[in-house]
Amino acid sequence: MSVRGTLRAAPTLLRVGFAEAIAYRAEMFVWVLSTTMPFVMLALWTSVARDQPVLAPGGARFGSADFIAYFLVTFVVRQLTASWAAWEMNYEVRTGTLATKLLRPLNPIVGYAAENLSALPMRFTVIVPVVVAAGFVTGAAPFPVDPVLWLAFCAAVVGGWLLTFLANIAIGCLALFIQSSIKVMDVYLVLFFVFSGYLFPIQLFPPWLRGVVDWLPFRYQIGLPVELAVSMHDRAAAFSLLAREGVLVVALAVLVAVLWKRGLRRFQAYGG
Amino acid sequence: MLVRYLRLLWIQLRASALLAAQYRSDFFIDGVIAIFWATTALIPLLVVFRDRQHLAGWTFGEALLVSGWFVLLNGVLDGAINPGLQAVVDHIRKGTLDFILLKPADAQFLVSVSRFEVWRVTTLALAGGILGYAFHQIGHGPSFFGLASAALLLAAATVLLYSLWILTVSAAFYVVKVDNLTYLFSSIFDAARWPSSVFRGALRFVFTFVVPLALMTTYPAEALLGKLEGTTLVYSVLGAAAFAFFARRVWLRSIGRYTSASS
Repeated sequence: MSVRGTLRAAPTLLRVGFAEAIAYRAEMFVWVLSTTMPFVMLALWTSVARDQPVLAPGGARFGSADFIAYFLVTFVVRQLTASWAAWEMNYEVRTGTLATKLLRPLNPIVGYAAENLSALPMRFTVIVPVVVAAGFVTGAAPFPVDPVLWLAFCAAVVGGWLLTFLANIAIGCLALFIQSSIKVMDVYLVLFFVFSGYLFPIQLFPPWLRGVVDWLPFRYQIGLPVELAVSMHDRAAAFSLLAREGVLVVALAVLVAVLWKRGLRRFQAYGG
Repeated sequence: MLVRYLRLLWIQLRASALLAAQYRSDFFIDGVIAIFWATTALIPLLVVFRDRQHLAGWTFGEALLVSGWFVLLNGVLDGAINPGLQAVVDHIRKGTLDFILLKPADAQFLVSVSRFEVWRVTTLALAGGILGYAFHQIGHGPSFFGLASAALLLAAATVLLYSLWILTVSAAFYVVKVDNLTYLFSSIFDAARWPSSVFRGALRFVFTFVVPLALMTTYPAEALLGKLEGTTLVYSVLGAAAFAFFARRVWLRSIGRYTSASS
């Protein structure tokens, strides 16, 4: 399981993943339909802001145009940072097929990552129209001109994907201990939807909750990239938030390493 | 005929109850998750009403009524409808649906009653609590006529949800790998937590006629408030019946296309 071996296998893994994404395109379409929540939220919040802009506790004001830009970008970021490794792992642990993956000279986690990443080209078929529409509807006004902020946005998206993926793997590893962690995943999803900025910008939370939300990983999975793309932060704020995101990524990675190592010892490949 | 099906339903319910009694620890986990979920479902509502008194003509108490009704229907969905959906999707993927089709009873009936999650009654109790608090906020209780029409709409909404469920399952015959279908189902349903007058234009049309979320939560809340017009009530019940009929036709067509997988 050397680094070089993994790197050599990467192009093949990505190719296989891409072929799978094309084979299961109907499934992806269903998934995209189930992530249309930002559009519903867009309708809701623009109607809330119609008579008067929404006043955030921090003093920020959200008008209809702000919400439109925010939720269109939210949809795009959700597509970019998606991961479903937790369900995959649960399925493979239950059926025992994880055993065959363990025999390969390649860490299965790399396999899950390649599978998630190689679905991205297919995702762009949905993302591009939304980006174009966003450009037409909102104009260039909400988006930053500073190239450094765009770089920060890219970094935040990569970090957001890493957080989502690692959280998925961590919950997937729990299946090695408790047979099925689907229920844990359901709890995670509820928290994710509420605290990530997926349903509304986290600036709208009351101040006492904001402090908590800033230290939970969810807000960095969706909220941070979106906020950067609609220029809610200047450079200094962007860097400090990115630093926090980095800390959370490292912490989750360590957690995954521990859970994976301990969990494998308990794995018995029943049913396989 | 009817007696036979009622007996079958009773047997399935009892089997589900026995199964639930076997996994008692699930009761606590599910109970905690349900309470937690219902609380988080209210957070967006609290955020919206933080700096205003009205949302599209609804006060906080009235909007809370819609949310309470949403939690109630979600309990019905998770307890009686989604478990069966999951079971059919599994059957289709593994090809074991054959065994159900071979049984001497209607296949749609058999898959629909195949699994109930009895513990979900906790969600219903929670919904009752939210509705009670909403009426406390409003300051007066519902009238008898309001309660009666809300009960009628609850039946209509259950029929609608069930028909949507049959349509979703029918899709599973065409696209086989469909773990996502339940998530699609609940994510669309999620919009029902808001009063339908919030939405305008195309979305309002979709949520009233295509996926009639308005009927499921907004109309019952209006009925409880005594604001619902009689004609809307009649049209809702007729609409639900038509939807059920349409879903039945689609189911019969799709099952004709079923080619047993992997066997």
